[in-house]
Amino acid sequence: MYAAVCLRSFRRYSTYRAATGARVFTNTVFGFILSYTYLALWQVRPHLGGYDLSAALTYVWIGQGLLSVLAINDLGALSDLQTRIANGDVAVDLFRPVDQQRWWLAVDAGRAGYQLLTNALVPMLVGGLFFHLRLPQGTAAATVATWAATAVALLLALLVSYAMRHLIALTGFWLLDLRGVQLVYYLVSCFFSGFFLPITTFPPLLEAVARALPFVAVFQVPADVFLQRYDATGTLAALGVQVAWAVVLLGLGRLVQSRAVLKVVVQGG
Amino acid sequence: MAEALHALRCYGHIVRMWIRAALAYPASFWMTMLGNLGASGMDFVIIIVMFLHTHALGGWSLPQVAFLYGTSGLTLGLADLFVGSLDQLGVRVREGSVDTILVRPVPALAQLAGDRFALRRIGRVAQSGAVLVWSLVQLDLAWTPLKALVFVSLLLSGTLIFGSVFVGGSAFHFFMADAAEVQNSFTYGGATMLQYPPTIYARDIVRGTVFGVPLAFVNWLPALYLLGRNDPLGLPSWFRFASPVAALLCVAAAGLLWRTGVRSYRSTGS
Amino acid sequence: MNETLIEVEGVTKSFVVRRRAGRFRRTREEVHAVAGLDFTVRRGEMVGYIGPNGAGKSTTVKMLTGILLPSTGRLRVAGADPVRDRVRLAQRMGVVFGQRTTLWWDLPLRDSYELARRIYRIPDATYTRNLDRCVELLELAPLLDVPVRQLSLGQRMRGDIAAALLHEPEVLYLDEPTIGLDVVSKRRVREFLARVNADLGTTVLLTTHDLTDIEQLCSRVMVIDHGRVVYDGGLDGLHEQGRSERTLVVELERELPPVELPGARVVRCEGTRQWLAFPASASAAPLVAELAARYELRDLSVREPEIEDVIARMYEEAERPVAAVPSH
Repeated sequence: MYAAVCLRSFRRYSTYRAATGARVFTNTVFGFILSYTYLALWQVRPHLGGYDLSAALTYVWIGQGLLSVLAINDLGALSDLQTRIANGDVAVDLFRPVDQQRWWLAVDAGRAGYQLLTNALVPMLVGGLFFHLRLPQGTAAATVATWAATAVALLLALLVSYAMRHLIALTGFWLLDLRGVQLVYYLVSCFFSGFFLPITTFPPLLEAVARALPFVAVFQVPADVFLQRYDATGTLAALGVQVAWAVVLLGLGRLVQSRAVLKVVVQGG
Repeated sequence: MAEALHALRCYGHIVRMWIRAALAYPASFWMTMLGNLGASGMDFVIIIVMFLHTHALGGWSLPQVAFLYGTSGLTLGLADLFVGSLDQLGVRVREGSVDTILVRPVPALAQLAGDRFALRRIGRVAQSGAVLVWSLVQLDLAWTPLKALVFVSLLLSGTLIFGSVFVGGSAFHFFMADAAEVQNSFTYGGATMLQYPPTIYARDIVRGTVFGVPLAFVNWLPALYLLGRNDPLGLPSWFRFASPVAALLCVAAAGLLWRTGVRSYRSTGS
Repeated sequence: MNETLIEVEGVTKSFVVRRRAGRFRRTREEVHAVAGLDFTVRRGEMVGYIGPNGAGKSTTVKMLTGILLPSTGRLRVAGADPVRDRVRLAQRMGVVFGQRTTLWWDLPLRDSYELARRIYRIPDATYTRNLDRCVELLELAPLLDVPVRQLSLGQRMRGDIAAALLHEPEVLYLDEPTIGLDVVSKRRVREFLARVNADLGTTVLLTTHDLTDIEQLCSRVMVIDHGRVVYDGGLDGLHEQGRSERTLVVELERELPPVELPGARVVRCEGTRQWLAFPASASAAPLVAELAARYELRDLSVREPEIEDVIARMYEEAERPVAAVPSH
């Protein structure tokens, strides 16, 4: 059933053609701007944060490509959940014999799948046309392993991102106006996931804070896996961190969700 | 003239109404306001992190980049504050509620620009303004009457240019209601671009901002004069003083686009 | 009060519709929403404007209010062109769209009225008088400080109607004002509209699906179908135009084959009961007399045609291609 939900969500997103096109355009424009600032910075410091210029530029375009897929600065499909909480429709959902957290995960996965094929691919191709980007290198086996590890890291990143956005959406049960919470979330998420600048360029204290937060698992980890910044054990460890965050945050989401259900049942919304 | 005054007065009334409504929930208002302040401040934090690793970006020092950042953010912030609500036009076109705007005896632009006026956007204005003040203190410019004039005209022209981009971009919602986000590339994307020195970009891109969408007139060109720097394009020096002209051209173009948009809506109704 | 307020002459409106035909191909198709409208409305009239979905009702209202530009034809409201003189005419008209509100969604009802006061530059005395009147008649007092989005459909509609009348418009366009309302709200809205028309002489053009609106409010009704006016006149005339029939229901003494009666035909038989249809314009008396002379009757009654049936038949007639008649 969840597979069907996921497929339906994929189809639904594929009907928003103009909106997707506009988004891709915006991501590409920002990709160019960020690339030039990186170019200027890496000209002065050629190995800043442990990235060479080509890796740094690849980092930029991966970021623009994955911004929508991993919903780093929006709620993704969970904006629908938030709307349903705000207008009270969510009460109807709670009476259906489905697991809410899994249901919305399926919806969000459908969204991410569609955006991976559009929003991710186009900016990266454009970036590849104008700048020298870095693809996985080494023996055939190493290349295949990197692509496979990247795929796993992306799935886990989506899971962590979903878990956090689910929590944000659920705060709607207690808060009247979510705009403030969302804004702060997007901000923290963009900054500490390393979306603007790799966290290895942060001052030590800030970098330590970033490492201790789940946001790295959403962007910096999959990007670094793709850029082959880890050896085999390092990759496994990084994926392990992602799994740990996914488990903790999804568990927390369950807890909050059951509280929310209780609230709806007791107070009738 | 009387009509324009009436339109302005109605805009003012709509704005006041929304401010009152927003202040009815003070906690939520301050939270979003601080969120906005932080969101725009994030860009500056990134600039600071960059300058932790270097003394100059594209040959410009931190206070000089901060000047660009402050002027770009302040002008965008003001334009966004005054007419940023227009970006909801796409939604209104899709749900058909533009009709209700068009039956009132006030220009649609005045009504739509005031609708859902968000005072919280003043967050960006305040934050950028603070950075600008800091940069001015650091730069210690040798002020002359001409410099002061150029500075004031920068703020006014910049706001007008960004405002025109908002208005002109929104006019496209009359044709393509779903493609709303493209406008963001020129407003928020443009403002981000203007935060950094023109020297870091490919020359064709900079040329595009002079002769295409004239964002270079917002702060790059006047900053060359105010900060006493060389023009990477080697344009005649009067370009540095041409911002008000560029602003007027932008306003005219935006007005034309808007009228075309409304007229197209009139004939298709979609 | 006999002056013409609205003049519509040969007005057409066509749209180009692009349809997706297959993955990338698109077809262009011209749709005639309004195909040659002619009518006039006198000041003070209350006219019902009905027709099936997609007949062109809303398009007409949009052209009259200056939202849409007609493709061809001439359209005048109070002597002015609604599109070119939109702002000036807007001052003199009120519009209510049943499906969407003109009120400001997130703000209290009162704010929408305050704003209307500024937008329409309503003098204080006029504003107070009209607001008080609307608040009283539409029972809005408890709703004034409620944000519009929290109002029920019926409450919102009452709020919308009040907002459209604060500046004392000469003409009021109502597009489906009772759609989705409950019985009580419908009645209240109708009573109010009748009063506004009677007291202030406001001209009212009302599109609706609900024929009760027309029966209770309008002395004149225009039926539009496929973008043309197919009927324009009183409600009574509608019966004739629709070639409607009345029904004579007779209860015979015993079961008989269908009765023979000139001027009527049996449409249904059920035991001793028979249904006879005859033209609505004909008198029932001679038929009844003739019938009583020929058969033994136990009981008899006459049924008036339902207006819905009349209209439905009229739409069906319009569906059928009209036989080509040489015009000269």
